[in-house]
Amino acid sequence: MSNRINEIFNQLKSVNRGGFIPFIVAGDPNLKTTKNLILEIAKNGASVIELGVPFSDPVADGVTIQASAERALRNPFSVNDILGVVKEVRESGCHTPIILFSYFNPILQFGLEKFAGEAVKAGVDGVLITDLVPEEAEEFRWILAKQELALIMLAAPTSSDERLQKICKKASGFIYAVSRAGVTGARSSLSSDAENLVKRLRKFTDLPIAVGFGISNAEQVAETWKYADAAVVGSAIVAEIMRIAPDADNVPTDFVEKISEFSKKLLPK
Amino acid sequence: MNFEPDELGYWGEFGGRFVPETLMSPIEELTSAYFAVRDDSAFQAEFLNLLQDFSGRPTPLFHAKRLSDALGGTQIYLKREDLSHTGSHKINNALGQILLARKMGKKRIIAETGAGQHGVATATVCALFGLECVVYMGAEDMRRQALNVFRMQLLGAKVREVNAGAKTLKDAINEALRDWVTNVDSTYYLLGSALGPHPYPLMVRDFQSVIGREARQQILEKTGTLPDCLVACVGGGSNSIGLFHPFLQDESIRMIGVEAGGKSNNLGEHAARFNKAGGGKVGVLQGTKSYLLQDKNGQIALTHSISAGLDYASVGPEHAFLQSIGRVEYASATDDEALEAFQILSQTEGIIPALESSHAIAYLLKLTPEMPPNQMIIVNLSGRGDKDVNTVQDEIQKIVHEKHEENTK
Repeated sequence: MSNRINEIFNQLKSVNRGGFIPFIVAGDPNLKTTKNLILEIAKNGASVIELGVPFSDPVADGVTIQASAERALRNPFSVNDILGVVKEVRESGCHTPIILFSYFNPILQFGLEKFAGEAVKAGVDGVLITDLVPEEAEEFRWILAKQELALIMLAAPTSSDERLQKICKKASGFIYAVSRAGVTGARSSLSSDAENLVKRLRKFTDLPIAVGFGISNAEQVAETWKYADAAVVGSAIVAEIMRIAPDADNVPTDFVEKISEFSKKLLPK
Repeated sequence: MNFEPDELGYWGEFGGRFVPETLMSPIEELTSAYFAVRDDSAFQAEFLNLLQDFSGRPTPLFHAKRLSDALGGTQIYLKREDLSHTGSHKINNALGQILLARKMGKKRIIAETGAGQHGVATATVCALFGLECVVYMGAEDMRRQALNVFRMQLLGAKVREVNAGAKTLKDAINEALRDWVTNVDSTYYLLGSALGPHPYPLMVRDFQSVIGREARQQILEKTGTLPDCLVACVGGGSNSIGLFHPFLQDESIRMIGVEAGGKSNNLGEHAARFNKAGGGKVGVLQGTKSYLLQDKNGQIALTHSISAGLDYASVGPEHAFLQSIGRVEYASATDDEALEAFQILSQTEGIIPALESSHAIAYLLKLTPEMPPNQMIIVNLSGRGDKDVNTVQDEIQKIVHEKHEENTK
C-alpha cells in the first residue's frame, strides 16, 4: 500500500535523516500556481507534500490557514479540480508523495467511492481527514484501502492510550502527531507534549510518525527530528504565500521561486 | 419506537462525532460525566429545584382565545417559555449543563450565541455560580441583538466578536470549538442547541424536555385530552425537540417544526435545511451528520433569516432522523410572514414574541384553515420579543417607506 510513502520513509531511515512535509492550501493564490508550487517545493527537499482542500468552516485551523482557505474559495472549485492539479503534477514527472488534507464534508459530497477511485488515478498517495476520528472512519478506511490509498490519522496529546491504540490500528502510511492541544498556527516555542506523544505512539505502532502544528523554522524541524520521523510545516509557509502575494489576483512573477526558496530554508542544514 | 441514539450518538444515519482528535478525550469525559448524572436522582432534584426557584418553572400553558378566534376556531395554547428567567427556553439547558460543569470541576465556561438568548442564559448561570464566562458571537448578530450583548456584559461575561464568514451563529460555533480545542483542560463548552457532537444533541434535548413534560401535564389538566398538533420553530432545534420529545410516542399527535424561510428559496437567502430545492442535503458540519445548506462542492452555504436564532446552516441530528422516518413534518415561514405574526400576537394577546417564535405563530396562519374546527394546537412560544423590537421597527418602517414610494410613483 502507498508505495511512494513507504519508499520515502525507508530512504530517509537508511540515511538516518528526518522527513520534511510542507503544507499548502490548494487554490491559494490559484490552482495553476498550486501546481507549479508543488513541483518546485518537491524539487527542493520536500519528502511528502500535504495539499489542503480548502473548506468554508475549518474548525481545526488557526487564523492563517483560515485566511488562506478563504482566499482559495473566492473562486469556487471542486475536489475534482484539485485532483486535476495532482494529475498534472504527476504528468510533469514529480514522484513526491502527495497527501490530501481535508475536512470530511467536501469529500463526502464528492462521494467516498468516487473520490478514492479518482484520487488514486490522479496520483494521490493518502488522505488525512481532520474531523474523522477512528470511530467514524471505518467505512472510508476500507474504501481507501481497496484503492491502496493511505489513511493518515491524527493523534493528539489529549488522546488516551486506548485511543492511540485505536488510531494506530486504523492508520496507514504514517501517523500525524499533533504537537499540542489547539488549532494550527506557528509558535515560537514547541511544547514537550509532542515528544511524549511520539514516545507513547511508538508503543503501539511501527508506522513512521510525523509531528505537526506550530513548527515554523529550521531549528524546530531539527528539534522534531530528534524524536520523530518527519516534521510538518504549514502555517509558516501559508503565511509566506499570503505575504508574497497579498493580492491573490495579482501574483508576482517570482512567486513560486520565492516560496520554494522559503520552504528550502526550513530544512535543517 | 425508540428515540434514543446508539452508543456512538446516532439516530439512524444522523449524529455521531466528527471532531478533531484533540477533542475526543474531553468529549468522552463529558459523555461519561453526563451518563453518570442522567439517572442520578440527587442531580435531577438539584436541576429541578433551580428550574423552579431560579427560573420560575413551570411556565404557564396559556389558552390564546383571541388568537384562536382570529384563526377561525382552532384552539391555540401557548407554552410560555418567554416567561422563563432571561426570557427564553435557553435557561433550561444552561442550568442543566452548568451543574454538570461544576460536577466536572471546570472553572471556565465558553458558549456560542446567535440571537444572544443562549449567551445571556449562559452568562446568567455563570454569574449564579461565580464561574468565568466567554461568549462567542458573530459581528452581524452583535449588531442586530445589541441589547443582549449588553445584558451579557452586565452579567460579567466577555463577549468575543467573530468576523469570519457571515458573522452569525455558525461562525460563532467554529470559534467556540477552536477555543475548546485550545483550552481542553480548563474549559467546559456549554453548547446551546441540540447540535454538535454526541452527547450534546442528547443532553440538550434531555434538559429541554421539561417543556414537553410540563405541557403534557398542563393540557391534560386543562382539557382532559392530549393536543392534536404541536408547532415550534427550528433553528438548531432545542426548543422544538424539548416540546416534541415527551409526545413522540403518542402517534396521533401531529408535530410540525418551522424553519426560517428567509427572503426566498435561493441558497443563501433562507435557513430551511429540509428544503431540498433550496440546497438542503445530508452532510457533516461542526461535529454532526445532519441536513446542511451547502453548495455542490460541499462548502457550507451562507444563510439568511430575519431572526438570528434560526439563521444556521445545519439542524440537530435528531430532527433529521424524525424527518427521515416521517414522525415530524418540517415547514417554513418567511421573514415577512414572521414579521406579520409578530404583530398579530402582540395585538391579539398582548404578548410580544421573539422573532424566532414568530415563525411558529406564522405557520399557524397556513395550518389552521385546513384543520377541522376545535382542534387543539400547542405552540412553543420559545422566547419574548424585547430583543427584536428595534429590528422589527426598522423592518416595518422599510415596508411603510416602500409602500409610500409605490403610491407616489
